[in-house]
Amino acid sequence: MRMNTGRIAAVVRKEFREYRRSSSILGTMAVLPIIFLIEPMLIIFRLGSSIPASTVQKSVGATFLVLLITPALVPAVIAASSVVGEREQGTLEPLLTTPLRREELLLGKAVAAIVPSVGIAYVLFAVIEVSARLFARNAAVAPALWQGAHVLAEILFAPLLAGWSIWVGIGISARSSDVRVAQQLGTLASLPPLGVVALMSFNVFAPSVTLAVMFAVVLLVADVLLWRVVSAMFDRERLITGVKARQPTGGS
Amino acid sequence: MVEERPIPSPQAPALGGTKGQPALVANQLTKRFGERTAFSQVSFEVAHGEVFGFLGPNGAGKTTTVRTLGTLIAPTSGSATVAGIPLSAENGVEIRERISIMPEAPGLYLRLTVTENLEFFAGLYGLHQVGRRIKDALEAVNLADRAADLCGGLSKGLRQRVGLGRALLSDPAIMFLDEPTSGLDPVAALEVHDLIDGLRQKGVTIFLTTHRLDEAERLCDRVAIMNTTLRTIGRPEDLRDQLFKKALVVTTLAPLSDPDQIFSRIPAVDGWRSDDAGPYVLSVSDPTIAAPAVTRALVAAGADVLSITESRHSLEDVYLKLIEVDAEARRP
Repeated sequence: MRMNTGRIAAVVRKEFREYRRSSSILGTMAVLPIIFLIEPMLIIFRLGSSIPASTVQKSVGATFLVLLITPALVPAVIAASSVVGEREQGTLEPLLTTPLRREELLLGKAVAAIVPSVGIAYVLFAVIEVSARLFARNAAVAPALWQGAHVLAEILFAPLLAGWSIWVGIGISARSSDVRVAQQLGTLASLPPLGVVALMSFNVFAPSVTLAVMFAVVLLVADVLLWRVVSAMFDRERLITGVKARQPTGGS
Repeated sequence: MVEERPIPSPQAPALGGTKGQPALVANQLTKRFGERTAFSQVSFEVAHGEVFGFLGPNGAGKTTTVRTLGTLIAPTSGSATVAGIPLSAENGVEIRERISIMPEAPGLYLRLTVTENLEFFAGLYGLHQVGRRIKDALEAVNLADRAADLCGGLSKGLRQRVGLGRALLSDPAIMFLDEPTSGLDPVAALEVHDLIDGLRQKGVTIFLTTHRLDEAERLCDRVAIMNTTLRTIGRPEDLRDQLFKKALVVTTLAPLSDPDQIFSRIPAVDGWRSDDAGPYVLSVSDPTIAAPAVTRALVAAGADVLSITESRHSLEDVYLKLIEVDAEARRP
């Protein structure tokens, strides 16, 4: 199967234009990150200069967990409305009558959701880093935040967690008939990978570069598999008529 | 008395004198959703450049047929060729590149402007010279001055025109138009009719699903009447001739004292009927021969003739007769 990058780009461009003019999506992109920025700020600024290094490490771990909730939750909300949203506003059928393949549509939707989500996650991380260096009372906070494993985890896990949330969200969206229900289910389904991150953040597993890379590889494989599964679940006939196709339709 | 003729066979290909490979062929096409049959054993051909009307009551399977030919739905059985390409899951993308479908609800992104909507679809078709194409499409539907407007701020009629402009963008070989004038005011509907006429001149094949029988009669080279199965297919005038005998309607100032004596003596008149004091309807084979003979006979009988006109059965009469026959057949 040959993917057409022009068609994917068209979907991405359209999605960005819709985001810009959608108050609910802009609200999700603005409010959730602010909530998840305030909490880590409070954690690290509450640490006094006399707090021992082990407590600092735990607090920094909690900070990372909260920071990684953003790239998991924001795209879950966006992706969960991607297919059912098109159906609700009556645009799905015209869209499916074009030469667009289902893989191209889903990839376009995924890219459009992942770019702002990861961008926001990286900005939040940068804000925390800079704030810690400038304002943290405990001198151990900034070096603890800037550990290789933490930085690598942030760089790797943000897009991979977002990928998980997006594919699960799109999968739910393709089977849903209501945007709000899809968003709620998508948000719930985005949480399991955060459990592993939590274990790492709270030093249940000792955070290390090797562990971060291993978990990132597992997430990457899961993301690719989810893309395939969700693409296979995307049934034009079912989406249009509500009845599952007995024969393949539309050539992907 | 005037008699009605048997319903013509729907299998007649009647390609309207067109040449070469048809743009669209359906052969025994059937679609079932579980126990429910959406349409069954549908066969027809549509020639290149033909405007083909697809008529039928609600639930007749018209939209499902369009979705099937547009590769959105897989047929349960039968085969079809769309723009020269066999209908199959593997050929879906190739078929969709050559056609455009305008659903009854245009399905626009209401938060995007008219131009942004068209840009998106131009991107999906991989079109070049997008700006020029959009300009041409909007001019064709008289929306050039609304290009920067958000679609959410447009009336239903204007949205319908944007949908039509979108369908024009890719210069498709076949356009499937599902109720294209639904929600349009008479002037806007007339503009759409002119547009469809213009597309016909350019050789675009148009598959027009409509409830407006006057629209089908005006625009379509041929029509098919569906009611789960294909009930009939042909040129509107041929369907009229096949279903109804030609007739003259005679109106006199006062009722004739003995109409049977007058009309039965005219060789060109096959029969007659009259409802109460209404006009006399004469069944004739050739109105041009019968009309002068009837005039002479009436004048000779001293009748005060107000008018003698040829009775014109509309496509609506054909449609209603076929649907009425179906309803009667279904009665226990």
